[in-house]
Amino acid sequence: MDDSTLAQQQQKLKYYQKGTFTVGNRLVSDAERSVQASAERSNALTSGHRACQGCGEALGARYAIDAAMRATGNDLIAVNATGCLEVFTTPYPETSWQLPWLHSLFGNAAAVATGVAAAQRVKGKATRVIAQGGDGGTTDIGFQCLSGMFERNDDVLYICYDNEGYMNTGVQRSSATPPAARTATTPALGPEPGNVFGTGKFVPKIAVAHGIPYVATATVADLRDLEAKVIKAMGIRGARYIQINVPCPLGWGAPSYDTIKLARLAVECGLYPIFEAEHGRITQSRKIRRRIPVRDYLILQKRYAHLFRNGVDDPRVARLQAICDAHIEDYGLLGDDEA
Amino acid sequence: MLKQVEGSHAVAEAIALCRPEVICAYPITPQTHIVEGVGELVKSGALQNCEFINVESEFAALSVAIGASAAGARAYTATASQGLLFMAEAVYNAAGLGLPIVMTLGNRAIGAPINIWNDHSDAMSMRDAGWMQLFAENNQEAVDLHIIAFRLAEELSMPVMVCVDGFILTHAFERVDIPEQAQVDAFLPPYDPVQVLDPDNPASIGAMVGPEAFTEVRFLAHYKQRQALRLIPALSDDFAKIFGRASGGLLRAYRTEDAETIVVAMGSVVGTIKDVVDELRDEGQKIGVVTLVSYRPFPVEALRDILKTAKHVVVIEKSVSVGLGGPLADNTDGALRNLDNRPLLHSAIAGLGGRPITRASLKRLFHDAVHAPWEGPFFLDLNERVVGREIHRVRKVRRSGATAENILRQLALASHLPQE
Repeated sequence: MDDSTLAQQQQKLKYYQKGTFTVGNRLVSDAERSVQASAERSNALTSGHRACQGCGEALGARYAIDAAMRATGNDLIAVNATGCLEVFTTPYPETSWQLPWLHSLFGNAAAVATGVAAAQRVKGKATRVIAQGGDGGTTDIGFQCLSGMFERNDDVLYICYDNEGYMNTGVQRSSATPPAARTATTPALGPEPGNVFGTGKFVPKIAVAHGIPYVATATVADLRDLEAKVIKAMGIRGARYIQINVPCPLGWGAPSYDTIKLARLAVECGLYPIFEAEHGRITQSRKIRRRIPVRDYLILQKRYAHLFRNGVDDPRVARLQAICDAHIEDYGLLGDDEA
Repeated sequence: MLKQVEGSHAVAEAIALCRPEVICAYPITPQTHIVEGVGELVKSGALQNCEFINVESEFAALSVAIGASAAGARAYTATASQGLLFMAEAVYNAAGLGLPIVMTLGNRAIGAPINIWNDHSDAMSMRDAGWMQLFAENNQEAVDLHIIAFRLAEELSMPVMVCVDGFILTHAFERVDIPEQAQVDAFLPPYDPVQVLDPDNPASIGAMVGPEAFTEVRFLAHYKQRQALRLIPALSDDFAKIFGRASGGLLRAYRTEDAETIVVAMGSVVGTIKDVVDELRDEGQKIGVVTLVSYRPFPVEALRDILKTAKHVVVIEKSVSVGLGGPLADNTDGALRNLDNRPLLHSAIAGLGGRPITRASLKRLFHDAVHAPWEGPFFLDLNERVVGREIHRVRKVRRSGATAENILRQLALASHLPQE
């Protein structure tokens, strides 16, 4: 089989995680297998850290950084915002990071990464730079530095591990917390329990508005898509942004074994659109394979339990469904990938 | 080379001579001309091998410098006043990480009420952040201190803030000797970091530290600044050898040998004080002045050695720790604490928000210190009439309004300016 035939075949081949539609590594050559499936992976975030069982962020960071390490030949520096990822990986003298790693503050990871990248340029080094943080450190307190890094088109890939709240400080609301979700600062009390509708922001869209070379959303439910996006991002120079949906068993009130399932359902219901954009334009969206009502996603999480009290659905479930429907339309989430 | 040059521009030229590799710029009066000047040098190609980054805030400016420094580049930024406060978290962070960043502070008051003119409130707000803080008396010293600052910072791996009085120095055209590149190169070797982000030797920097080690980390920061008490004079000697003039050091004494009254001050006001000292010496008074160059580390022993034989110490400072008085007076008091026959200490707050400190007022102040001493902080040239009226008014009316605007209205009335 020549290269072009192989490429054609692979275009048609779809990969799904175990638990859904099992088509995986075994069907492809070693070179085509996922980074995580390779014995050569860098284990950049190695075992022994103190994340909770089923932590989506630990998984997302491991997938993303290992992929970036492969893409850069392990010539990579990571800058980390304060947050769960920082705390659970570095209770010194223990550290889980197998690459040079710097933590400065909660709100400045993007700017610190700009400085690290500037130093590489001035020193004539090829070393690449990633900044990473949770949604609080990205969409709230780190937003000014993030936007500054974007508009200067600094040579940094910023990865936001979006678990939809301030989980490190005990599950408070962030601007990435979905409507109706219960957090410690949007308690399930009063006539409209949980987070308020009509608030919050979706930073990937704001990143696109900066016109930067590459923006993508991803999910820990789709390892190959996530890895491909990180590898693609590392092949591009300038400011890049990837936001990965990472379920938090503690904050979402879900069993640890449901992390991947929840990540998948968030995509399949349309609440978390998975797309790519280049230079200010959306270029591709990942199609929903088997659409589900948002209710099926919400009902598995205690943070939405108040929507289903006494066997009656709160009318706000319909409002959340409307948000999903709008996403599906806006991002073209139905249909065939090849279309 | 001797030049008639604006202070900010002289500082910019000095920075360029230090071969910085990453410069972060964000405008704020009165330091803006400095980063503009360095920016021109980079853009024109006069300063090579340097990344000049226009950032979106002071917080980002210092954060970019933190990243650059941790990655092994010589990093510089400049700020003032509100800008320093906006980057406050990063100020502490840079020191805590032990990154030898050099930053110019064009000293300016802090609002509210908003005020763009000179005082030392900004520097004082960060005095405990772990940075070394050097104060320039004139623009020649501003130039020299920056060159010394890079060497000092990098030898100890600790950041240095060079404080240059806003407008009074930053915008003043003075004759300044700009050093030659070869001189600076002889004084300042390339930056050799003690820690660096390096894929060949991956390390984690900025990890969580608990109660078991935090005290030790802080102690070592203090220990480094104690080392600086010896290093700063040594660098000053070294500087003199290469550049042919004395500059820097911990402090400088002027006509203090037999002085019964010694004034302590920092920054550009010392020039005026020296003139007054000369006048009073001509009148037969035994008076001198100590210029404090290094405020952090605070040279307790060196200051005590000079002050111990005096009868009166007058501390003049451009800042007030509200609810206490003058921080410099407080620190000076600490230096005198264990003397058997300690001099009387007189604290004066002067020049706040750019109010001129005149020779006439200083003469009166030095006279009163000996003949009519006061308790606590004395606010030089305070308009007591206006203050008295406002205090009275506030007592009478509950909704008395905004203090600053009320004071301005009173002053306008007093000068018969048109009213609304």
